[in-house]
Amino acid sequence: MQLLNTLLIGITAGSIYSLMAIAFVLVWRSTRVVNFAQAGMALLSTYFGYEAVSRLGSFWIALPVAMIGGALFAALVELVLMRLLVKHASSGPIAGVAPIIATLGLLGVIRSVISMIWGGQDLRIVAPISNNGFTINGSTLVFSPLKLLVLVVVVVLLILLSILFQKTNLGLALRASAHAPEIARLSGVRVDSVRTLGWALAGAAGAVAGLFQTVNGNGNFSPDSIDFSLLLVSGFIAAVIGGLDSLLGAVLGGLFLGISISFVLMYISSGLFFIAPFVILLIVLFVRPQGIIGVKAGRRA
Amino acid sequence: MHKSKKQSTHLPLFILGGIVLVILSGIVDELRVYQGATIAVYVIAISSIILLTGYSGQVSLGHGALMAVGAYAAAVLRAEFNVPIILCFIAAVLAAAVGGTLLGAAAARLSGPYLAGTTLALAIGLPSLANQFPILGGEQGLAFDVGFPPLALGEDFTQYKWYFWIAALAALISMWSVRNILNSAYGRSWRAGRGNEVAAQLAGINTARSKVLAFTISAGIAGLAGALLAMTIGTVSPSAFPLALSFSLLTGAVLSGISTLGGVIIGSVVLVAIPEIADVVAHRLGSSESVTTNLPGLIVSGLLILTVLFVPNGPVEQHRARKAKHEAAHNSTKK
Amino acid sequence: MSLNVSNLTVHHGAICAVNQVSLAVPTGTLAAIIGANGAGKTTLLRALSGLNKPTSGVVNWMGQTITAEKPEKLVRMGISHVSEGKSVIPELTVRENLELGAIWRKDGKEMKESLDQVVTIFPRLGERITQRSDTLSGGERQMLAIGRAIMSKPKLLLLDEPSLGLAPLVVEQIFQTIRDLTTQMRLTVVLVEQNAMGALKIADLGIVLNLGKVVAVDHAQVLIQDPAVRAAYLGY
Repeated sequence: MQLLNTLLIGITAGSIYSLMAIAFVLVWRSTRVVNFAQAGMALLSTYFGYEAVSRLGSFWIALPVAMIGGALFAALVELVLMRLLVKHASSGPIAGVAPIIATLGLLGVIRSVISMIWGGQDLRIVAPISNNGFTINGSTLVFSPLKLLVLVVVVVLLILLSILFQKTNLGLALRASAHAPEIARLSGVRVDSVRTLGWALAGAAGAVAGLFQTVNGNGNFSPDSIDFSLLLVSGFIAAVIGGLDSLLGAVLGGLFLGISISFVLMYISSGLFFIAPFVILLIVLFVRPQGIIGVKAGRRA
Repeated sequence: MHKSKKQSTHLPLFILGGIVLVILSGIVDELRVYQGATIAVYVIAISSIILLTGYSGQVSLGHGALMAVGAYAAAVLRAEFNVPIILCFIAAVLAAAVGGTLLGAAAARLSGPYLAGTTLALAIGLPSLANQFPILGGEQGLAFDVGFPPLALGEDFTQYKWYFWIAALAALISMWSVRNILNSAYGRSWRAGRGNEVAAQLAGINTARSKVLAFTISAGIAGLAGALLAMTIGTVSPSAFPLALSFSLLTGAVLSGISTLGGVIIGSVVLVAIPEIADVVAHRLGSSESVTTNLPGLIVSGLLILTVLFVPNGPVEQHRARKAKHEAAHNSTKK
Repeated sequence: MSLNVSNLTVHHGAICAVNQVSLAVPTGTLAAIIGANGAGKTTLLRALSGLNKPTSGVVNWMGQTITAEKPEKLVRMGISHVSEGKSVIPELTVRENLELGAIWRKDGKEMKESLDQVVTIFPRLGERITQRSDTLSGGERQMLAIGRAIMSKPKLLLLDEPSLGLAPLVVEQIFQTIRDLTTQMRLTVVLVEQNAMGALKIADLGIVLNLGKVVAVDHAQVLIQDPAVRAAYLGY
């Protein structure tokens, strides 16, 4: 029973990491940038969601509001910051690190501005359904209706996303631009707009991750919540495990990470909460440097 | 070209700098002296980033964690074994260097965003480990007391001034060492590897080893900065080394010009000055408390973005590049 | 004249890769641009399709000035560019690569028609339509790249070294296909080639480029006979 419990908790947490990892992968594929501000964007979207809940009273309105808000903000970042970055900082010793530094700066700006607008204290989003565990044969699981809901929503979103990517012209344009921007342009794809769209999708995915990370925890969040630092690190690690270039890899990486952490905390020590992702990342990097989905030119991007 | 000249003239320069600082510390008030000590700590920490990122081309977001390693090493030796303070600082360097070597060995297989993300995970994870070991004092942390200034310096010699002297001396020694390391064969091999790893390998440079070495040295310097930071605060605790510290250091390095060691003082002064400037601005605007407390963070992050966008290689380098470009344009029109 | 280039100059940094080039290609003509490595052939072609920004000069297509237009717009005006090296996307299937060529047309029925047309021209692609394109041979990839360009219903086809890295037999086949396409679809074609002999054989018009400048323009059959051209580019 404990084994099942651990597994289900891991899968739920992992599905949230998967969403975050997808956000990383979408941005990486469209602009070859690891967006360290992704957690800040997710946090901002969560505040959008909070505003929607407190005004309109429904989590089910908050979710799309957060997604649209997150998507618009991410698109804005790509349009303004990323394009300026390409224009100004693409040569000299800084070129390799400029995007990293710029997105870290953005993370700081987002956090500071959020603190200025909403204050530094904890706010709360109440989950739409109960987080009390299911009972099977008289024993209570940690796995709850809420966790089941999170899992279902994530799976539905993943299916929608894969239809978008595999079955539509837009998806074809997104994939072509990611793999070979020049050929895509020569085929008439407006690669610049497709890039912005990639960021927007990432913003929406991150928004769901942020909202679910919050309700899957205790519902509290603040500009400094460690939950979001953890979401940043976990999402990034999940994306790296998956090879950083593959959406399927991101999903598998997220699940792998979620389940591994869950087992470490349950069977080794719960005090390893913050260091476990780092250790798992190191192990993965040494054992399978190309990620789960093998991509040749992986790490040395 | 004129390498020998460069190296021989710098030691007197650094000694002269030391004398100026000593005189300066006698003139200004206590707050400024304390800020001076903080600036010296930043100078050391930022130069470790410049060495690693600007010269060896590796990004670390985990230097806050390496500073913590140095600080804890020094504090444990001091608190548990009452080791002389100079040995504590040396131990800080060594402990962080060992940590840096391990991290560097892992990092040598990584580059760019992968390395940044890995060190980021470390920066978030490592400080929390302090809670796992009772000897490290948990959330409250450990006291780190370097002791009173020697009586020989006189009765008026304040504690802050003592901090400043120690930090400034350490900064001068570190800067002098870093400068010479960067001008050595190692420094050249880092720059070669940063520019084009394959070409450097073909030229017979072991880029993997040279990258690990850069990490080791950089971490050792960061460890020293960590112990000195702990000295100025008086304690070592997980909260003294937040993620924000790693970000601030990176900002300082970018402001200084990521590959110009000489600019390091610019970044350090700006980092120390920002809270004060933010305070003045907030009061002028008569803003609310939440704005006042968050303005420094906003300024640091905003500066980071603006610098990367508009002065990407630092003020010194920018000036140099503009001049070179101007000359090139001049030459081509002549042709 | 459908394609008119006058005084086109393109720089790569400080290097002048294309220097004051002027040329004219009538509708339905297959023009071959030949020249040594580094003569500026590829740069010239990339400037025509909008991938490289010219420093000065004018490109005119069907009476419209298209200098420095973006490639994604030029495709919509009927200009398709097949870039150097088998320009296909290995991560996509053969069908996806082809569909990509018609992606801007939005009309599902037209896309289907074009797909049928390409499969008729290149039956091999039809056999492998669901495979990932990195499983194709070099010749098949070149067919796919040309097929993708045809999917966008071009009037002007810009081909960059289609023979590169292919076996001699395959080269002959590709060249013959290019000739047939030009005639059947009444295309205007600019073909950049290192393989000067093969290109001139199928071309109507020959243009010789040297160090960024046009040094000879004539009927392809005349150029083949020209002793100077023979010595410099045909190897005998």
